Amino acid sequence: MTAADFLPALPEIVLALGAMGLLMFGVYGGERAVQAVNGIAFSLLVIVAVIVLWLPAGKLVAFGGSFVLDGFARAMKILALIGSAAAIVLSLDYLAAEKQQKFEYAILILLSTLGMMMLISAQDLIALYLGLELMSLALYVVAAIHRDSVRSTEAGLKYFVLGALSSGMLLYGASLVYGFTGTVSFAGIAQAAGQGGLGLTFGLVFLFAGFCFKVSAVPFHMWTPDVYEGAPTPVTAFFAAAPKVAGIAMFVRAAVAAFPSIADQWQQIVVFVAIASMALGSFAAIGQHNIKRLMAYSSIGHMGFALVGLAAGTPEGVQGVIVYMAIYLAMTLGTFAVILSMRRREGMVEEIADLSGLARTHPAMAFFLATMLFSLAGIPPLAGFFAKYFVFLAAIKAGLYALAVIGVVTSVVGAYYYLAIVKVMYFDEPAQRFEPMPQELKAVLGITGLFVLLYFVYPSPLVAAAEAAARSLF
Amino acid sequence: MTGWPILSVTTFLPLVGALFILMIRGEDDIAKRNARWVALWTTIVTFLVSLILVSRFDASSPEFQFVERHAWLGGATFYHMGVDGISLPFVILTTGLMPLCIIASWEVIDTRVKEYMVAFLALETLMVGTFSALDLMLFYLFFEGGLIPMFLIIGIWGGPRRVYATFKFFLYTLLGSVLMLLAIMAMYWQAGTTDIPALMRFAFPPEMQIWLWLAFFASFAVKMPMWPVHTWLPDAHVEAPTAGSVILAAILLKMGGYGFLRFSLPMFPHASMELAPLVFALSVIAIVYTSLVALVQEDMKKLIAYSSVAHMGFVTMGIFAATTQGVAGGIFQMISHGLVSAALFLCVGVVYDRMHTREIAAYGGLVNRMPLYAAAFMVFTMANVGLPGTSGFVGEFLALIGTFKANIPVATLATLGVILSAGYALWLYRKVIFGVLEKPALAAIPDLDRREILVLTPLVLLTILFGVYPGPILDMSAASVAQLLENYQQAIGTAKAAALMK
Repeated sequence: MTAADFLPALPEIVLALGAMGLLMFGVYGGERAVQAVNGIAFSLLVIVAVIVLWLPAGKLVAFGGSFVLDGFARAMKILALIGSAAAIVLSLDYLAAEKQQKFEYAILILLSTLGMMMLISAQDLIALYLGLELMSLALYVVAAIHRDSVRSTEAGLKYFVLGALSSGMLLYGASLVYGFTGTVSFAGIAQAAGQGGLGLTFGLVFLFAGFCFKVSAVPFHMWTPDVYEGAPTPVTAFFAAAPKVAGIAMFVRAAVAAFPSIADQWQQIVVFVAIASMALGSFAAIGQHNIKRLMAYSSIGHMGFALVGLAAGTPEGVQGVIVYMAIYLAMTLGTFAVILSMRRREGMVEEIADLSGLARTHPAMAFFLATMLFSLAGIPPLAGFFAKYFVFLAAIKAGLYALAVIGVVTSVVGAYYYLAIVKVMYFDEPAQRFEPMPQELKAVLGITGLFVLLYFVYPSPLVAAAEAAARSLF
Repeated sequence: MTGWPILSVTTFLPLVGALFILMIRGEDDIAKRNARWVALWTTIVTFLVSLILVSRFDASSPEFQFVERHAWLGGATFYHMGVDGISLPFVILTTGLMPLCIIASWEVIDTRVKEYMVAFLALETLMVGTFSALDLMLFYLFFEGGLIPMFLIIGIWGGPRRVYATFKFFLYTLLGSVLMLLAIMAMYWQAGTTDIPALMRFAFPPEMQIWLWLAFFASFAVKMPMWPVHTWLPDAHVEAPTAGSVILAAILLKMGGYGFLRFSLPMFPHASMELAPLVFALSVIAIVYTSLVALVQEDMKKLIAYSSVAHMGFVTMGIFAATTQGVAGGIFQMISHGLVSAALFLCVGVVYDRMHTREIAAYGGLVNRMPLYAAAFMVFTMANVGLPGTSGFVGEFLALIGTFKANIPVATLATLGVILSAGYALWLYRKVIFGVLEKPALAAIPDLDRREILVLTPLVLLTILFGVYPGPILDMSAASVAQLLENYQQAIGTAKAAALMK
């Protein structure tokens, strides 16, 4: 093996070495080093993103075919890196204010991101599992990073127990798939799968159950509301963004690359999961008072919409998924930038009612949050509309009319609860003011807000990039 | 081609004004005054620019004019704008009414003035865009985007039940529209484009046409609104601020009728013919039933809202009669109703601003104190009834003639609506204006002030002008209507011939 063989994995190698070096630095630097660790971690993510873009184009393979860097991986890695970098930025003020500055936080995010990147590039079941566990283990710890808070530790424990269960199911599915095809590589499975068979289908179902858990799709969504609510808010923002991108990427790659010959079988599963997620996400969110819990149900619903693209199983569908995840990422980060600014003198608040009259007390913040909410609801001309447009476009082409009709109807139901927040902000009488918004949150909200608001002016670059990325999978 | 993109300028100029207003700092009286003046000048300039469209418009050509086309969404979806004789009248109606709306809100709206003006200007961009988009995706973007500012206008500046009304308005319309969106996607895969002129030439298979037609119908019928999906309208109208009601009645409702003319009839001729009886039935029910409902209303705005539903019944009936008179009558009726209903809501606004009630029983004998108001209200009431000599007559009459050629029983029943409309409109007028002025609260009510006269005068003049000389609108649209129907008949003919061959 020469150095060139490691080239496709260069971003991961840099990230891994960087994270370990930073860990050393943090251990010796202690509390005082937190600022520096955060700064270096952020720059590291930026550097890794640059490397991902700099690597030669086309399909690069490493480690005997179990690691691949293609257009799809590039696109999803960039999204995951943006999500992680933004999560570090979003956490700065919160952790300082809560006196929870720990250098481990940024490092755990780096390690989790490393797992995501391996996951996105995984081309066989073992690489997939390794990446998944690295990502998840770091996430369990981050969820419980407030050691002294009952809510936070409870969230971490819950996530860990359920996550371990789902990993078990995924492994069981993987072993069945291996048993019936004799190989773990996606290309090999695709060849050996032929017309499928009962055992393979069985394995497929377990495998998909594991995937659904990771992207919090119904019926494996139960952990989401509790973990979102219990975890510290910046951690929730992180959970809602980057791991979702990686999870969806893993789901798409495994389904499309390993099981193309039995597409009609997994399509049924994905269609059911998509419908159930969209419906539950829309209906269950209506009754929520806590905005983090609401965002949990909202993200369940959005994963359902993203899976509509996968259900189509076509290049257009995957293109739709990529566009969806890119726009979802922007909307989620922007929304959480506002949630993290909901701070009064006595501390953070999380109730939707606390946003009352925000349009009067903080007009710019209210305007951008309203933009995000209308976009999440999928109202044109905002970016969220285009996200939904492309996945449904693919579903219609694939002839999934029932799925499309149910999907758009649930999006109308979903619009209700987003509007309810707009109503609180714009129609109700003002509540007590929040503390001024920190600069870095303003920056995140401004950038994502303008992206969502003005995406319609020049939509073609993202669409074209997603199209190229999707084509690399087929 | 003209040197500058005049249509895009008309469309996006209001947004520029909105940006200026956003830059105004502060919440004091000076900031409010500045916001009002910026909004007024923006709408006036936009109106003047749109008049250039009229002066350069070639009415003898049925083609789309002032066409602009740029790459946009990738694939086969372009930024494609243009107007023909069917859409131009609506563009002018929109730009013409906006300054009046701003003036009508001048003193009434005193809280959050900046946001109000921004919402109205954004709405103007979206409305003009809806009427001039020549790409289905672009159309949908403008069409649906209008929901956001309207949601805020009703919800922030509306009456006591504003939250209920605005949610109902938003969700009702959205539900109808998302089905249309799916149909747009299906059309894209079938025809390979979302370009409206190309889709007009494309022949969709007859079975598919039915589904597509129904999906579009779901959207436009709600917007129009047609019975039985009209129930959001009375709520929204009653709760909206005066200018909001004006825009809602005069322009947003017309998007439904415009949609039928632009999409349903030319793109799905077969389905339009097959399903015309359904439209006729719903139109007749709308005309007769909602007129009866209007008869028993106690709230002035609600009465006018129901009368709007009835009048829109004539429009849908005329359009789907698919005769020259019917379609021309439908267009004329929409423009005329745009003027008349706008004026009626403004008239209600005048007394509401003074008395803060819209209950009919709270008024009576206003003619004694408000002679000017009584005169203006009289003109609009007569136009609403469809009295010859007012614009209301021309549209209704043409729509009825057109329908008589297509379906006599439907036209006969619809004629009942004319009588009923006389019933409720005159009843309203008698209750509010005539009689003895005995309510003590009304004893000191002042007549129209200068600002109100300024708003109502152009509407009075236009209502009468189009009543005696409907030429400008009919001539503008004649060529486009003729071509629309020619293509329609041809498509029907081919379909029939194909059916005979089988």
